[in-house]
Amino acid sequence: MTRDAALLLPSTEPVTLIDPDGHPVPHVGHDLPDPQALVRAYAALISARRFNDQANALVRQGRLAVYPSSHGQEACQIACVQVLDDGDWLFPTYRDSAAIVARGVDPVQALTLLRGDWHSGYDPHATKVAPQATPLATHLLHAVGVAHAARLRGEPTVVMAVCGDGATSEGDFHEALNFAAVFRTPVVFFIQNNEYAISVPLARQTAAPSLAHKGIGYGVPGERVDGNDVAALLKVLGAAVARARAGEGPQLIEAHTYRVQAHTNADDPGRYRSADEVTPWLARDPIMRLETYLRGRGLLDDQDVRGYAEQAEQAAGRMRAGLGEETSADYRDLFTHVYAEPTPQLREQQALVADELSREEER
Amino acid sequence: MSAEKLTMATALNRAMRDAMHADPTVVVFGEDVGPLGGVFRVTDGLTAEFGEQRCFDTPLAESGILGMAIGMAMNGMRPVVEMQFDAFAYPAFEQLVSHAAKMRNRTRGRVEVPLVIRVPYAGGIGGVEHHCDSSEAYYAHTPGLHVIAPSDPADAYGLLRKAIESADPVVFLEPKKLYFSRSEADLTAPVPPIGRAVVRRPGTDATLIAYGPAVPVALEAAEAAAQEGRSLQVVDLRSIVPFDDETVCAAVRSTGRAVVVAEAAGFASVSSEVVARVTERCFHSLHAPIRRVTGFDIPYPPPKLEHVHLPSVDRILDAVDELQWEYA
Repeated sequence: MTRDAALLLPSTEPVTLIDPDGHPVPHVGHDLPDPQALVRAYAALISARRFNDQANALVRQGRLAVYPSSHGQEACQIACVQVLDDGDWLFPTYRDSAAIVARGVDPVQALTLLRGDWHSGYDPHATKVAPQATPLATHLLHAVGVAHAARLRGEPTVVMAVCGDGATSEGDFHEALNFAAVFRTPVVFFIQNNEYAISVPLARQTAAPSLAHKGIGYGVPGERVDGNDVAALLKVLGAAVARARAGEGPQLIEAHTYRVQAHTNADDPGRYRSADEVTPWLARDPIMRLETYLRGRGLLDDQDVRGYAEQAEQAAGRMRAGLGEETSADYRDLFTHVYAEPTPQLREQQALVADELSREEER
Repeated sequence: MSAEKLTMATALNRAMRDAMHADPTVVVFGEDVGPLGGVFRVTDGLTAEFGEQRCFDTPLAESGILGMAIGMAMNGMRPVVEMQFDAFAYPAFEQLVSHAAKMRNRTRGRVEVPLVIRVPYAGGIGGVEHHCDSSEAYYAHTPGLHVIAPSDPADAYGLLRKAIESADPVVFLEPKKLYFSRSEADLTAPVPPIGRAVVRRPGTDATLIAYGPAVPVALEAAEAAAQEGRSLQVVDLRSIVPFDDETVCAAVRSTGRAVVVAEAAGFASVSSEVVARVTERCFHSLHAPIRRVTGFDIPYPPPKLEHVHLPSVDRILDAVDELQWEYA
């Protein structure tokens, strides 16, 4: 653990390894990831983009109640998962459904929350993915606790705790960084700075030089990375995971990206930002630059691209089919999962509903 | 069996120590709970006996303490955290109501968070502001939490052991003014399950219903009433959630009259819930409307005025006098 202030500060510019035009950028601290990792990332990016598009379409069809899209942020979504081992944990937010699916969670289960069938649809213990957090930053403390418990038992677990730029204004963000630093827990705090908390721009969240600078106040090293460059994300996040696993404590990574689409389908971005602001970000798309780079290196050809697109299309088809099935929500679950054993009062209340339903059936 | 005379603080300490011996996943943490042993010394000696990994001090941040505890509970541990004082627990409120209380429900039973939030609570100790709140209604109103308030050392021990063993989050309210009151307790006796009230004193004329710090006051009032020839039964709720309708209603039916005694402000409170529940279930057994003796609907008073606020023997006896004895 370092108390040298200079070593805690992030670089002046976000780490970029492949620029928006697909050209490699030499960097003193990081080499490019190996080609296999980049090709794997490309396939995952295509799937994540298709997942976002499909989820948006399902909202329009009334199959999902709401969807906060990560369109344009897919590099962050897949990199924060690709750097994890099977035993590691992911603590996602509501905008990280694509990351959850990249982690291996069934898309239909991942979208249970947004479909309205139940709150969290997957098994957090089986998938090592915490329930999606809709309150901001509260889950970062849970991430610290999961990591601390693992560390007490001597397990090599690392926890990837994801939040957005808005969450960095919440008290729990600061408490989580402080606790993680004091107890030296193996947590990587990963901020996807997409410039907006619904309608409020970053300038209204912070006067700090960057969000990564917030780490120094807690003795947590901060780093900034181009959030649309999957190569840089894999290296920076991978290094932070390795550092945490080696017992060197938490790190704070800020990815600079942009929320290309609305907050959710219920939002109207025209009220708070202009199209002129959005357009330059489209040219910084994470998929385009990686594809250009990989094609230029002979690591990807038309046939590969068609293959990955076809895989993503098949997954989207399964997702449509799964979410097209009618579900039968069971009212008994409402009473069963409040306590390990229902209280006498909950038994009475459940019986009341059962009685109502049986009378409805008689009618 | 080995009855001994001990304080509630000692009984609570013994409960944590025995639980830590019995289960290696039990960990204790919070502010000043380590080498100092807590500001009320309830965690005295635990760090020395079990080491810094089992009982440790944290940064001074209650949301952080409870949030970390939730994560540890998600990952195989049984944390017991201390919120130094009732009113200092409020920064942890979101973690409690949105996460500890809901995790089981959100995940349809797949993720349990077995943890205990110990809260030294209520007044009567001459504490300055923000040190004497009766905050039970906030917790009791939140589905998913168990809320317990012991009134003597034996229950403090037994209920804390049960709370630590519980698969659900438990808010454990420790009446500060009873920490250092001594009484006989057999810590080897079988422990009652969470959710059972108990009749502390038999009586035939009216029932006093109390919990936590109000129980000794109710017992004192019953003793005073007996001198005047009136037989008052005293029920100790022990557990606010789950609520023992059965014991409470049986007691009220046996006397036909009741007074609920509680330190907390009366408006929208646990005491109002008790009155509502008993009235719904025992209306035809009642000879008079149920009365309440509670704290007033005011912020907790400064030390020199707290005696005005706290339920007293006289105020309880006055309420008993108003139970329409003319219709007996």
